[in-house]
This record gives sequence, structure tokens and C-alpha cells, in this order.
Amino acid sequence: MKAVVTVLGSDKVGIIAKVTAVLAQYNVNILDITQTIMQNIFTMIMLVDILNSNIPFSELVDILNDTGKELGVDIKTQHEDIFKSMQEI
Amino acid sequence: MINSRKVLETIKMINEENLDIRTITMGISLRDCCGEDIDRVCEKIYDKITKKAENLVKTGEDIEHEYGIPIINKRISVTPIATIGESCNSDSYVKIAKCLDKAADATGVNFVGGFSALVHKGYTKGDRILINSIPEALATTEKVCSSVNVASTRAGINMDAVYEMGKIIKQTAEYTKDRAGFGCAKLVVFSNAVEDNPFMAGAFHGVGEPETVINVGVSGPGVVKKALEKVKGEDFSVVADTIKRTAYKITRMGQLVAKEASTRLNVPFGIVDLSLAPTPAIGDSVAYILEEMGIEKCGTHGTTAALALLNDAVKKGGVMASSHVGGLSGAFIPVSEDAGMIDAVNIGALSLDKLEAMTCVCSVGLDMFAVPGDTSAETIAAIIADEAAIGMINTKTTAVRVIPAPGSKVGDRVDFGGLLGHAYVMPLNKYKSDDFVKRGGRIPAPINSLKN
Repeated sequence: MKAVVTVLGSDKVGIIAKVTAVLAQYNVNILDITQTIMQNIFTMIMLVDILNSNIPFSELVDILNDTGKELGVDIKTQHEDIFKSMQEI
Repeated sequence: MINSRKVLETIKMINEENLDIRTITMGISLRDCCGEDIDRVCEKIYDKITKKAENLVKTGEDIEHEYGIPIINKRISVTPIATIGESCNSDSYVKIAKCLDKAADATGVNFVGGFSALVHKGYTKGDRILINSIPEALATTEKVCSSVNVASTRAGINMDAVYEMGKIIKQTAEYTKDRAGFGCAKLVVFSNAVEDNPFMAGAFHGVGEPETVINVGVSGPGVVKKALEKVKGEDFSVVADTIKRTAYKITRMGQLVAKEASTRLNVPFGIVDLSLAPTPAIGDSVAYILEEMGIEKCGTHGTTAALALLNDAVKKGGVMASSHVGGLSGAFIPVSEDAGMIDAVNIGALSLDKLEAMTCVCSVGLDMFAVPGDTSAETIAAIIADEAAIGMINTKTTAVRVIPAPGSKVGDRVDFGGLLGHAYVMPLNKYKSDDFVKRGGRIPAPINSLKN
């Protein structure tokens, strides 16, 4: 199963390092990553594979949410299907 | 691979434009709960609902969490209670209403619909008892919703029932007068009621439905409004296309959630209801969509045309996005639940007459509007008759959910709280319809050719 992790917020040192460290800790594999600054907002979107993750998906959602709070950015982790179903026929 | 623009668009729709799943409603048949002893029937109903819907709320919350899409309500609809209560030796079904309320509490849902009777052609014993039980049932329960179908295109309008519902609405308001007639917010009078409606207060689990079923209602007026902001000044083809495209996306979300809930709960997927359901939150209003099209204030000339376009385009866009579409499927215009409609009534832009005209081209009827507390049962019945006639002639669902707030006068503000919002009391025509309503009998079913 794949999920999309979206990180939005003000740019600072170490956002990617911290988020990827959390993903690695729970054995979540990053498949694709795109990062840019849009209208001064740090925007990172990652496609991750959670098939071999060592915790339930809903816990990962909460942990990344907390990580976001620590970093002062907004982190959303959502099942990939929500984007696929909405944007593809 | 990742398409950032699309990911961000979806997130923006949810975070900033109030896109949500309005309701996951589990329909549960209670036909096997019949019996002579009403206490035993209540036990059976309670046991069945709490067993079947045990995981409904939890599953809804899980999906919400994992997909990051808010699911505002989890609800239950049941077989019209008149048909179940009829099996009991009892002259009141208030006990059953209380049992439904208890089951709603136990399962954690916020409403249970189906304290209902279908009397478009006439009454059975159970229908009469149910209708007489409505005022007390709605006054003594919190989460039970009631509906009565008084007309259909095939049967015509049961004017006896229309008059009786006028009286029942007055009584219900009186029974809940300490809460501005709140009981009436949970009572709908239908023409052409549908069996698979997931929305309250009019949901019930029709007799043609399976044992259990999952129906989903989507929302998203805010998303449509935002999309239209980007095509300012463009012609109506562009407007319609924009709405269709947006409705498609909204409905896909509903389809995904419906399928997922159905799989996780092991309950068949019924339908996605393509309605645009507003809430009192700013930016979640159907009226604002019409105003975005160029109507200065909802209710002025042109409003009906704008609403017709919106309603049709929502259906066209949504229908391809879901494998099964049903329920009410159209734009809702509940006055107290839509910030733009509330405002339009307050400043005098939207009259009841215009609201009635608007119901000719959209779902679902004269909904959640307040009239003066001294409005007679006969006048309320006449309002119902007009609305039922629109539904009957146009082969569509129409309904009336009116609150004659006790003690209120034209222009007063009446608060219902939460999703039900607030309303300003609307003026009515000062002339009477008493002799018309009191005739009784049935208005015959209409001819379905010679359409003019």
C-alpha cells in the first residue's frame, strides 16, 4: 500500500532530515520525492510504500503529525487512493 | 508518480474549501423485529441496531484518519417504524422512538432516521399510531428523525394526511417550545420520498432495500464556489463545465469512502447521493455559488435559472464518478443551514414564494425555514400541499421541514444549534387556505403526457 506524505510550512534547516528519519525508523520506503518553495511556503510531497512498515498506518499518520508539530510545519499522511480516485478516471 | 499540483489541489479542497463526506449512513432492515409485545420489539430493535452498526462509527473514523478526509456524520436509517410497530398491540410508538434513541447513543451515531410512515394513498393502523406518536417521540428523544410521505406521482396527494401533518407540526413545535420548536427540525413531510436517502431528517431504509446497506452523502458547496471564482465573466457553457468537473471530483471521494466503508464493514454498498449539502459555516453555502454566478443576492430574479444550471451540472458531473447514484441527488437549499440563505432571508432578498420556485428545479424542498409561531395548522398544511404538488407533477422528491417557532414573529432570529444553524422567521401570505385544506380526500395522480 502506498501513501502520500505532504509537508507544508515555513522553510528551515532539517525538515527533510527529520521526516525521512522518522520514515526510516518505521521501515517506510520512499518511492518518490518532490520539494519546492511555493510562495515562500516549503512544500514537500513524498510517495511512500508502507507495505513493510512496522507499525499500523493510522499510528504512522499520528506520529508524522506530531513530527510536524515539533518542526512547526503541517504534515499530512494520506492513503494514495484519495488522490488517485479524485484525479484519475 | 507524484503530481504536486493535483495532490495540493486535493489538500486545499479539504483544508480550505470545506470538502468533506457529509454522511455515511447505514441502512438496517428491522422487518424481522416484529412482534405483539412492544417491549420485546424494542429489545429486538436495540439488539439488531447495536449489533449491525457496532463498528460503523469506528470504521468511519478510521477511514477519516487514513485518507485525511473529514466524515462529518455517521448515521443509521431503519425500516419505516409504522410497518414494524403495526405488529404490536400498542397505541403509541413513543417507546420505539426512545429505543432508537438509546441505540443511537450506544452506537455513537448522531441521528437515526426512520420514525416514518408512507401514507400517500392512505393509512394503515400502524401509520395512524405512528403519526400520532410523532410530537411526543420527537420531544422525548434527541437523535430520532421522523418523516411522513403524503404524496407521490403515481398516487396523488393524500390531503387528509397533509392536513393532519399540519396539525402534527404545530403540536411538535408546542411540545418542544422551550427549544424554539426544535422537534420540527427532525420532521420531514415528503412527496415522492426515496428509499435510499442517506441525509437526515428524511432518511429511512425502504422496503425494497437489502438487509443492511451503506449509503454515502457527499458535500462541497465551498469547492464549487472556489472553482467558479476562477471563471469569472465566462459564459454558461464554461460555468456548467466547471461545475461538472468539480462535482466529478467530489463524488469520486464519496465513491471511494463508500466502497471502503462497505468493504470494511462487510455491508453492501448502496448508493452515493450527489447532493451539494451546505452547512452554516462560511464558505460552505449553496447560495454563495448562485451569487458567484452573478446573482447579487440569493432570491432575486435569475436565482431559479442559476440553481437549475447548478443542480443539473452537479448530477452530470457526479453520475460518471460513481457506480451507483441515488438518494436525493441534487443541490440542497435548507434555509437555516446555509449562511448565504440565512443572510438572504434576513435582508429580504429571499421570500418564501421564491424559495418555493427554487424547489421546482433542485432537491429537495422547503427546508429548515421558520414561520411565525401563530401560523395555523391549516396554513402549514397548505404550504405542504403546494410543495407536494410540485413534487407530484414534476416526478421528483420534494419535502417540507418547517419550524413554526412558538412565540416567534416575522424577522425574529431562531437558533437550532450545530449543523441545523439559525433562521429568521419568514412572512407568510396573510390570506387563508382553510376551506381548501379541510376538504380532505385525495388529489388525483397527474397525467404523465401532454407535458406543459
